[in-house]
Amino acid sequence: MLGVLALAAFLICSARAEETHNPLSADPKAAKAGEFEFRINCAFCHGLAARGGGRGPDLTRAHKRHGDSDADLFQNISQGIPGTVMPANGTNGQGVGMTDDEIWQIIAYLRSVQVQAPTKPVGNAAHGQELFYGDANCSSCHMVEGKGGRLGPDLTTVGTARTVESLVESVRTPSKRLAWGLTESTKEFAQEYETVTVVTPDGHEIKGVTLNEDQFSLQMMDTAEHIHLFEKDKLRSMHKSRDSLMPVYNPTILSDQDLNDIVAFLLSVATK
Amino acid sequence: MNKLPGICTLLVVFSVLVGETCAQVTFERLLNASNEPQNWFTYSGDYAGRRFSTLDQVNKANVHSLTAKWVYQTAATGKFETTPLVADGILYATGQDDRAFALDARTGRPIWLFQHPLPSDIRPCCGRVNRGLAILGDKVFLGTLDAHVIALDAKTGNVMWDVVAVDYKEGYSFTLSPLAVKNEVILGVSGGEYGIRGFIDAYDAETGQRKWRFYTVPGPGEPGHDTWEADSWKIGGAPAWNTGVYDPGTNQLFWPTGNPSPSNRGEGRAGDNLYSNSLLALDADTGKLNWYFQFTKHDEHDWDATQVPIMIDSGDKHLVAQANRNGFFYVLDRTTGKLLSANPYGRTTWSDTKDAEGRPVANDQSSPTPEGRTVCPGALGATNWMSPSFDSRTGLFYVTAREQCDIFSTAPQLYDVGHAYYGSAYFPSDKAEPYWGALRAIDPASGEVKWEFRHLSPTWSGVLSTAGGLLFTGDAEGNFIALDAASGKPLWHFQMGGAVYASPMAFAIDGKQYVAIAAGSSLYAFGLP
Repeated sequence: MLGVLALAAFLICSARAEETHNPLSADPKAAKAGEFEFRINCAFCHGLAARGGGRGPDLTRAHKRHGDSDADLFQNISQGIPGTVMPANGTNGQGVGMTDDEIWQIIAYLRSVQVQAPTKPVGNAAHGQELFYGDANCSSCHMVEGKGGRLGPDLTTVGTARTVESLVESVRTPSKRLAWGLTESTKEFAQEYETVTVVTPDGHEIKGVTLNEDQFSLQMMDTAEHIHLFEKDKLRSMHKSRDSLMPVYNPTILSDQDLNDIVAFLLSVATK
Repeated sequence: MNKLPGICTLLVVFSVLVGETCAQVTFERLLNASNEPQNWFTYSGDYAGRRFSTLDQVNKANVHSLTAKWVYQTAATGKFETTPLVADGILYATGQDDRAFALDARTGRPIWLFQHPLPSDIRPCCGRVNRGLAILGDKVFLGTLDAHVIALDAKTGNVMWDVVAVDYKEGYSFTLSPLAVKNEVILGVSGGEYGIRGFIDAYDAETGQRKWRFYTVPGPGEPGHDTWEADSWKIGGAPAWNTGVYDPGTNQLFWPTGNPSPSNRGEGRAGDNLYSNSLLALDADTGKLNWYFQFTKHDEHDWDATQVPIMIDSGDKHLVAQANRNGFFYVLDRTTGKLLSANPYGRTTWSDTKDAEGRPVANDQSSPTPEGRTVCPGALGATNWMSPSFDSRTGLFYVTAREQCDIFSTAPQLYDVGHAYYGSAYFPSDKAEPYWGALRAIDPASGEVKWEFRHLSPTWSGVLSTAGGLLFTGDAEGNFIALDAASGKPLWHFQMGGAVYASPMAFAIDGKQYVAIAAGSSLYAFGLP
């Protein structure tokens, strides 16, 4: 009998988790309850109003890179997204882990704040692509879809991973907010692109970005994309800085319109 | 019966010669743990909470040659928070998802494995974690995530008794290492994120019968009940989820308690909210409250006071010291509970003044608002559950400190049985520097931080001090590090390949000293070549 009950419970639970549509979508209280859950569990990365933070994407957009359907959202929230810092439910060190109902409440909340008809990017993506790989010189350090440099972050998915405002901010004031590592519980491998300058035992100065480091060792890439591996106590000196190696693109170097075009290009790639 | 300890001691001596073990760990042996430095009988290594080993074979002169002797893998995921116990050559520890196991402490080879079957709907706030066992007689004791207390046969891992302390569906769980005292097993409950009513329990080690329960939120008619608004006491929180200490001289437990619920929203629970965020002096036989000291009144920042307190005797002074999650280091007279000093050991922005007793009090800029306010320390505190250590030789109190400021925001939230009940959220401040951490050495006499060893990022590793003049700690990047206990200078390190969420301990077997710590999903033991 116990076995039968257990099996029944399992089937009910499974059916619940495999819903393809939000069973709470018609419940007007669900979105409000979901807002609380969102604040506790998600806002740490995705921002208080789901419009994205320095780490997590803007979730008010209808297009989401890892799926837009209720089932996709449920899967992503409960299991996390491999290869990203999006953790599985209950494993991020924030919040307490949610029940299935609470996850559906969050999805109801996200639907309630979703912008149904986002304004189209004002820029010209084709021109943005030309600038990215040409005059604006972005591709000397950044890769998009396998083409470009390695010193800075790969920008293939950044169009959906960051708000437009944060993209603009990163170009105009690159040092304002470097990609910030997550709190350690969710930090699997969060490169922060800090600028590092070392002087080797034989007196060579090398400048680049940190790939990773711990108390005793440093893994870095220099501006020619060479990887260097150091034991810190063997170095003559080591200096880290949160002043980005990326140059400041002010409006005299890159006009607002050209910047809009580049953002439009990044958005078009990310939403393919 | 009175002769048993003597016989046992003889057997211990004999066992060293022939490699056999004595399973009986009597209360007398726990009381006199310092006479058996090869063993590690309690979570903090002794009843005083010092996490200090008198073993000195590994010392400043030879620690550079320390090397891994064995690794045991739990094959489980999630944070591995255990502090192993060692008794007569056998190591007893817990793993994720309420595993328990016994190993040959010389080789790391398992002797038995146990896993408590957990229901699918448990609601542990902070991972499916457990911090260790207690040992007494021929049993080891486990508190589980579904709020069971289980006695296992130390030789086989068989269940000797299994009692349910409380209904886990209401948000209760156990994550701590229990404390064995006399013939009792003492545990405090977790669940401050679920609007529980906290308590500390004592169980008869032989039978599992509950001997006493102290509710950390007083009920109607009890002293302190009037520190709660209306019915807020019923869901007032005040868990007691870390292991306290025991003073044999006065037969008292000093047990720390956690946050009031909801953790970050004070509206609806006006008052001091006793006995949240307090140190309780309880009679070990009856659970009767002798005195209490509340560190943070009417807390709105989840600043649990559940850090392990350390009893320190200085001349004729009997003290108890705690580096509190709220960023202050407190020294109390443990006879009276009177506060002697409170000094910040990390960045604190929530308090500018002290009350008549000398207790830091919150300023009006610290209370969370709907829009959010930046406060230091952050939501995870200036320290947390990772154990501190005290070395009477250096006279220093060592604590793992976190430097993290957060934006605390509040939101009205209805209580729902067994559901998360924070009333708030927190975020890193955009303007704040990245979180970092440090091991700090505090002089308890002055409250002054004498030195710090800076960590790259905040670590969840506790600290062990040893008579070898060493400190051991781990970091979030997976290093196990030995430092000079006098100066904080790093002397040795080993990359373990997984972040540390545990506190180290030391033991010896065959006259050889080991230092052990959990990292990633593995338990490591280090020794000299």
